[in-house]
Parts: sequence; C-alpha cells; structure tokens
Amino acid sequence: MPWTKIYGSRTEFDKALKDKPGLRGITYKEAIREATAQLLSTDKSVFVIGEGVDDSGGVFGTTKGLQEEFGKERVMDSPLAENGITGVCVGAAAAGMKPILVHMRTDFLPISLDQILNHAAKWHYMFGGSVNIPLVIRSIIGRGWGSAAQHSQSLQAMFMNIPGLRVIMPATPFDAKGLLIAALRDGNPVIMIEHRWLYDHVGHVPEEMYEVPLGKAVVRKAGKDATIVAVSHMVHEAVQAAEALQDEGIDCEVIDLRTLKPMDSATVIESVRKTGRLVVADTGWKECAVGAEVMAKVAEAGVALRSPLVRVNLPEAPTPASPALEKAYYPGKNDIIEAVRKTAGHGKRQAEHINNSPVL
Amino acid sequence: MKDILLKYGLNTLTKKVLNDLYWSMLRIRMFEEKIVELYPEQEMKCPVHLCIGQEAIAAGVCLHLNKSDYVFSNHRGHGHCLAKGAAMKPLMAEFYGKETGCSKGKGGSMHIIDIEHGILGTSAIVGGGIPMGVGAALASSMKGEESVTAIFFGDGAFDEGAFYESFNFASLKKLPVVFVCENNFYATNSHQSARQSGCRISDSAASFDSRGHCVDGNDPLAVYKAAQDAVALARKGGGPSLIEAKTYRWKGHVGPEEDWTKGCRPKEELDYWKEQCPIKKFTALLLEKGAMTTEEMEQAKSAINGELAEAVAFAKASPYPKEAALLEDVYYEAKK
Ligand SMILES: Cc1ncc(C[n+]2csc(CCOP(=O)(O)OP(=O)(O)O)c2C)c(N)n1
Ligand SMILES: [Mg+2]
Repeated sequence: MPWTKIYGSRTEFDKALKDKPGLRGITYKEAIREATAQLLSTDKSVFVIGEGVDDSGGVFGTTKGLQEEFGKERVMDSPLAENGITGVCVGAAAAGMKPILVHMRTDFLPISLDQILNHAAKWHYMFGGSVNIPLVIRSIIGRGWGSAAQHSQSLQAMFMNIPGLRVIMPATPFDAKGLLIAALRDGNPVIMIEHRWLYDHVGHVPEEMYEVPLGKAVVRKAGKDATIVAVSHMVHEAVQAAEALQDEGIDCEVIDLRTLKPMDSATVIESVRKTGRLVVADTGWKECAVGAEVMAKVAEAGVALRSPLVRVNLPEAPTPASPALEKAYYPGKNDIIEAVRKTAGHGKRQAEHINNSPVL
Repeated sequence: MKDILLKYGLNTLTKKVLNDLYWSMLRIRMFEEKIVELYPEQEMKCPVHLCIGQEAIAAGVCLHLNKSDYVFSNHRGHGHCLAKGAAMKPLMAEFYGKETGCSKGKGGSMHIIDIEHGILGTSAIVGGGIPMGVGAALASSMKGEESVTAIFFGDGAFDEGAFYESFNFASLKKLPVVFVCENNFYATNSHQSARQSGCRISDSAASFDSRGHCVDGNDPLAVYKAAQDAVALARKGGGPSLIEAKTYRWKGHVGPEEDWTKGCRPKEELDYWKEQCPIKKFTALLLEKGAMTTEEMEQAKSAINGELAEAVAFAKASPYPKEAALLEDVYYEAKK
C-alpha cells in the first residue's frame, strides 16, 4: 500500500511514481503544513501558537505562510513563555478552542511540564469528565552539528508515563498528516514528537483530509524470523536494517508504533508470537522507555520467546557536542542489524546446543 | 576627556579603565570575527551565536567584577566569558569539539564554563541561567562572601517566568545580583514588540522595589556607569538592580551570516546600527580626546591577534575526545 511504504529517497519515490502515476509525493514538513492549513480552514476553533510560527522559515517549513493565509489572530507568534503559554492553550481548550502549540525543540517542553502534567492531563478526569482538553503540542527532536545536551532530547518516555496524555511520533509524511488531524480531533491533550531528520522525507500523501487512527501501529515490512519495533526516525533505520538482513537470510518484520500512548500491543504481540524474537529501536534513552514498555507488554502476554530481547537506544548519557562523540552517540541501522543478529544467533546456538546434547 | 566623563558622572575614571574598556570590546569583536572567518571551513561543528555589535555591555559590566565574582550567561555567551577573563584557548578548543575545550568537547559553543573566573556554566535554555545566578548569589551571601553575581540575558529571556520568579526572590532576600538584560530587540526573528506589550524592561525593577537602569548598550561609558552603581549597591548589601542595555546583534540569530538576506529583519535597521558600532564610536572618542593613541590601539590589535592565532592553532591541533569519554562524567564521583 502506498501509504505504508517507506521510500528511501526522492529518487525511489519518483521510480514508484512511474508505476503508479496517481501517487502524490510531498515531504514530511509539507504534510504537517498541509494538515495544519486544512484544520485551520475547516474548523474555526483551531489556532496555532508558538515561538517563531510566523517566522520566514516557519518552524522548518511546517507553518510557513500560514499566518498570511489565516491571519495573525489564528496563527500567532508567542512570547518565550513556555509554561504560561501552555497554560493559556489548556485554558483556551477548556473554553472550546483547539490549539496547536508548536515548540522548536522537545527540550523546551520541560518548562511547561506543570501545565501538561498537572493540568492538561488531569482536567477531564479530575472534574468527572465534564470538560475536555483538545490540544496538540508539537515538538521537534534536534540532532547533529553539536546540538548538544539541551537541544536534542527525545523525551517521549516521560509523557508515556502520564495517564490522560496521548503520545504520537509519526515516521512518514502520510502519518504526520493523518495523525496530526486525528490528534486534534481526538479531544485529549496529545504530545506529537517529530524528528528533524524526517522533515525532507518524501512519501505519498493524499490531498484530502484523512485521519490515521491513534493507537494503531503499522507493519512496514512483513517477515517471519524476527520482529523489529521502531519509532520515528528509527523506523527508517529499521527498514534499512531489515533490507540488509534479508540478504543474510534473516527475514525481519518491521513494526512502526506511530502512537506510543495508547500503544498498539496487539500488533506487536501477534508479530512476536510468530517470530519469537524482538528488537526495539527507539530515538531516546533506554530505561523506563519505549523498549521497556513494548517488552513488558510482550512478557505480560506470555509470548514464548526464542531468544532474549534486545533494545537499541542512546547510550546512558546526555548528548555530547563534539563531532567525535556525537558519531559514537547515535545508534542506527548497523546497531539494529547487530541486535537482530544477536537474537537470531542466540536462537541458532540454542538450537545447536539442543541438537548436540546427548539424548538421555 | 574630563568634560565627557563629567557628563556620565565618571569624573574619577582613569586612563587605564578607558584602555581596558577598549581592549575588552576589541578582544570580543576580534574573537567573534575570527569565528566568522573560520566557520565556513566546517571544522567548528556546533551552532555559534555571535555577539558582534553588543560588546560594550559585557565589557562595561565585567570591568567591575573581581575574579571571584560570578557571571551567568546564555547561548550568546562568548563575550561575557571573555570579558570576565576567560582565556581564548579553552573556548576555541571547545567550539572545535576537542578534548582540551573548557567542557572537554561535551558542550560546544553554547556551554562554556570557567570556574576559575566565576563562570559556573552557560545554559542554552532561554532564562535557564537567571535563577541559577540568583542561586549563586544566595550561596555567596550564605557563605558570607563579598561576591557579586552578574546575570546576562536577552530581551527574550525577559518573557520567561523564570525571570520574574528569580528577580522577586533576589529582591526579597536582598541578594548581591546585577541583572543585565541585553535588549537587542529580537529573540531569534521575533521582535520585542511582538512579544511584550510594554517594552519597558528596566521599569519592571520598580515593582520589585529594586533599581532599574535603561542605558545605551552601545555606549561603553553608559554601561560602565550603570554597572558601577549596580555592583556597588549589590556589594554593600543593597540588593539587586536591573540594567537594560539597548543594543543590536549584527549577525543572524545563529551562525556567521547576516540575516536580512533571508528577510528576517530590514537591512536599513542593520545599517543604522552598524553606524552605532560601540567600538567605532568609542575609538573615535578616545582618539579625539587623546585618551589613547593610534599606536596603542595597534598594539592592542596585534596582541589580541597573537592570542587568537595561538588559540586557533591550539584548538585545531588538539585531539578529539576518545570514544570512552562518551560515558564519563554522567555522574559525579566523590573523591575518596
Ligand atoms: C526555553 C527556550 N525557549 C526557546 C528557545 C529557543 N531560542 C534559543 S535563543 C532564543 C532567542 C533568545 O532571545 P534573547 O533572550 O533575546 O537572546 P538573544 O538571542 O537575542 O541574545 C530562542 C527563542 C530556547 N533555547 N529555550
Ligand atoms: Mg534578544
């Protein structure tokens, strides 16, 4: 299906276009911009606010030109007041608006944690369901060129811990558009985390408005030997890893979680039941995070495993600035390949061990 | 010169201070311009936020600080640290991501530290350094030290709640702090008037029962005078002051290029402010009044050039950190 396909590059997409001339290819950032524009034009209660949303660059192009199109009242620059402005959005949402709040970096979200955790996430429950908070908070993970410790964090795990929040991390242009639209219509506070390296990724995106349902993972590649669960940018690394492993005769299934909370454990469990092997690749740190949660769900389901599970994550350290350390810091395709080999190898060794053991 | 100094209320100012002001501004300017020159080589692999055009503020404030006084700064921190006495070598090496950098290559240009000169680290989270600076002042007052803490931040940081919370606490406890707001009218590409209704930053001091000064941040003597009063007040237990110094950043928010080409700001605005160059105007004044000679200025330039050349050579020749360093220093380990 064109909308579940990951295209390695624009050339690859253009090739696909030859067979299916109906495909409409736009970039991830254009997909976000398009979804936002359509939400603004179809729903008067939607507004966009954030530092630099009206800037000439338009938050890496994702809000470019929206202010000219929809006016200063509905697309507004914000003072540098993350906690306050988040609270303003929470209040506006309680009073019937649907704000899209944009942050240039995920690292600036911690300033607004009070409003996110203590207010947005609690308001519906704490008042017995009498009011809801339809709010999308977009933020971006930076990477590279010495972004360093305060401009590169993947903080999804922190938000996964909070009941009342939803967390999405689209990996493709199709999902970016569909999830953003679904998120704003969902009626709950949704944390949407984008990865800067995805912005120029091209994929098929229909022009009309559509929703990608929250809480639904997608199988990017079917396979029978090992399951790789990945999120965001790591989905692309995982697809490439799976292609390379195919040549070695290891047939991987790649699952893109898309929504981290609520997590689609059914899709993951079904896959691991089949393969018996699981690798989870996340953009963030290891402990109490995406991998830990996926594995817990698999364990709770009592899935029989053929080998120990492996997580691919950032090393246990803040992001270093030096190019020498940055290079060593980020895991990628090769680490996923190694991880899968480890699980597959383990299975083989065990099988050999069983085969070679003396029959009693 | 006396007539001019009288106007500022600086009648006892010595020739040495005038020279030091000139020297400090020039050293910052030349340092930043060296980065502009080298950045296209793409060996300095980190974002750089240059303070060209704003040098008078760091120079005018830091001349009043002792070595043990604290400075807290932000993403645009090269000038503050240089003016406080930081050497060029560890900074340059840090920007090149080298092991010999002030943060062992872990921080890059946004995260400078120089404990010896009272710089306890610069934050790239806007407003992040403000409460920390107040905390350092609290520590020094609890320890009975005479230190003063200067906190540099931008007009953008004045939007942040952290500023108000911190200023209130500093005022409440009469802490020895000088809040220095470098108002360059922009936070990235967002104009002050798009973020603040009043645009009278220094006035806010009054509601905290503290002293506010609004000065021309491109006039080193005006900054020097305001800082003199603020530091003296802080040192004698009179509590915090807020200096708002109006200025302009010549380069784009980040990187070595001017940003009018990208439509971020009008070119005429930059042209106007280039006319207000703090170094150009101060140079003219010093020469006109005979407070410094061309030869002395040339000497300063060549000395700074020498320091710069050494720093760049040092940075380039230094090794990158070893991969094992990746997992070092995540936690402090008490020395046994
Ligand atoms: C909390 C937070 N919000 C946003 C940013 C992104 N950002 C970095 S610098 C900057 C502008 C800061 O403006 P100002 O304080 O006036 O300092 P200037 O850059 O003008 O020196 C912004 C918005 C950030 N680093 N931290
Ligand atoms: Mg500013």
